[in-house]
Amino acid sequence: MTLTRRQLLVLLPAAATAWEFVLAGTPEAAPNYSSADHWWGMLLDITKCIGCGSCVRACAMENDVPDGYFRTWVERYHVDDFHIESPVVDSPDGGKEGFPPGDFSGGKNFFVPKFCNHCVDSPCTQVCPVGATFHTPDGVVLVDQNYCVGCRYCIQACPYGCRFFHPTKHVADKCTLCYHRITKGLTTACCESCPTGARQLADLRNPNDPIHAFLKTHSVQVLKPHLATGAKNFYYGLDGSVR
Amino acid sequence: MVKLQDISHLLRMAAVFAVGLVLFLVFRSAFIPKSFGRYGHFRGDALAEIASRPIHYAGHQACGDCHPEEADTKAKGVHAHVNCETCHGPLAKHAEDPTSMTPQLPDVAHLCVRCHSENIAKPPGFPQVNVAEHSGGQLCDTCHQPHSPALVVGARK
Repeated sequence: MTLTRRQLLVLLPAAATAWEFVLAGTPEAAPNYSSADHWWGMLLDITKCIGCGSCVRACAMENDVPDGYFRTWVERYHVDDFHIESPVVDSPDGGKEGFPPGDFSGGKNFFVPKFCNHCVDSPCTQVCPVGATFHTPDGVVLVDQNYCVGCRYCIQACPYGCRFFHPTKHVADKCTLCYHRITKGLTTACCESCPTGARQLADLRNPNDPIHAFLKTHSVQVLKPHLATGAKNFYYGLDGSVR
Repeated sequence: MVKLQDISHLLRMAAVFAVGLVLFLVFRSAFIPKSFGRYGHFRGDALAEIASRPIHYAGHQACGDCHPEEADTKAKGVHAHVNCETCHGPLAKHAEDPTSMTPQLPDVAHLCVRCHSENIAKPPGFPQVNVAEHSGGQLCDTCHQPHSPALVVGARK
C-alpha cells in the first residue's frame, strides 16, 4: 500500500490526537471521595474571633509552613471614631502568638482571620503560564509544586496577598484548604484548632451543611467584592473598613 | 501529466514539514506530563499527590475513645467546643499508635493567656483577664481545671 501526501497529512494529526488519549490514560478512581459532590468554602465569624492565633500555629504545624511565612494569618483592626476611612491594622508575626494589648483605646476593634479565598474566578490561576496552579473540581485552588517554575506571577496577581514564594522549595506556596484532610472527611487544621468556632469549613454542595441555615438568617460578605473574584471565604460581622 | 521532476521540490518541502511535525509531537509528548489535562489545564496527578500529604492533626473524633474521662469533663464545661488538639497540639501520630509518642502537657503559663488575656479587640462577652492582676503570678491551673475551667481550688494535680 502506498500513501499519498494528502493521506499522510490527514493521518498524522489523527494519529497524534489518538496518541494523546493513550498518554492521558483513564481517570483514577477515588474510592471514598467524589470531588463532584463537594464545593468547599469557609465561614468566618468576626464576632467570635479572639485573635489567639491557634489557627496560624495549627496551619504552620499541619503544613510545614516556614517561619515568617503564612498560609493564614490574623489581622487586628482599630477603627478610630474620627478616622473611619483609615483603620490601623497590625498583625505581629501573623498573630501566631496572639496579640499584645495594644496602645489604643476607644474606637472599634476586632480581629480578621485571613487566608486564600479559593476564588471561583481566581486571578492567580488565570496568570499562571504553565498550568501549575489550578482549580480542583471541588472548588479549591491548589499549586502543583512539582510543575511550578517559580515565576512569582501568581503571587503578584493575588489581590488578597495570600501567596508567598517558598524560601527553600523556590515555588509558589499557599493555603490548600487542607486538601489532604478534607478529602478524608476531616476539617482543616485551622478550623480544627479554632477554640471559638470563628472558622467553619463549609461544603456548599452539601444540603445538610450548617452553613445553609446560617446564610438564611445572617448577612455575610466577602473581601474585595468589587474585584468579582468569586471569593468563597464568607465573613459574618465584617466591618466595611476591612480591605 | 505532471512529471516527478516538476514537483520534487514540493515533495522535499513536504518531507521537511513532516519531519518537523514528527519532532514536534515527540518533544511534546516527552515534555507534557502524562496526566496533564485529565481534569483541566493542569497535571491531574497533582490532585492525588496533594491529597496524600501527611496528616498531623488527628481531629477531635479521635480522642474520646481512649480518653472518655477527659472528654466527659470537657463536654460538661464551657470548654466543650474547644477541640483537644487546640491546646495539646497535633497528635495524629499518637492517635494512630499511642506508644509511638507521648504528648507533652501544655505550657499553661502561655497557653491560657493567648486566649484569655485582656485585649480591646476581643469580643466583649469573651472571658478575659488582666493576667498579672488576676493571678498574681500563679499558674492558671492552680485554681482552674483546664478541661472544665470553672473555679476549682486545688485543680492542679
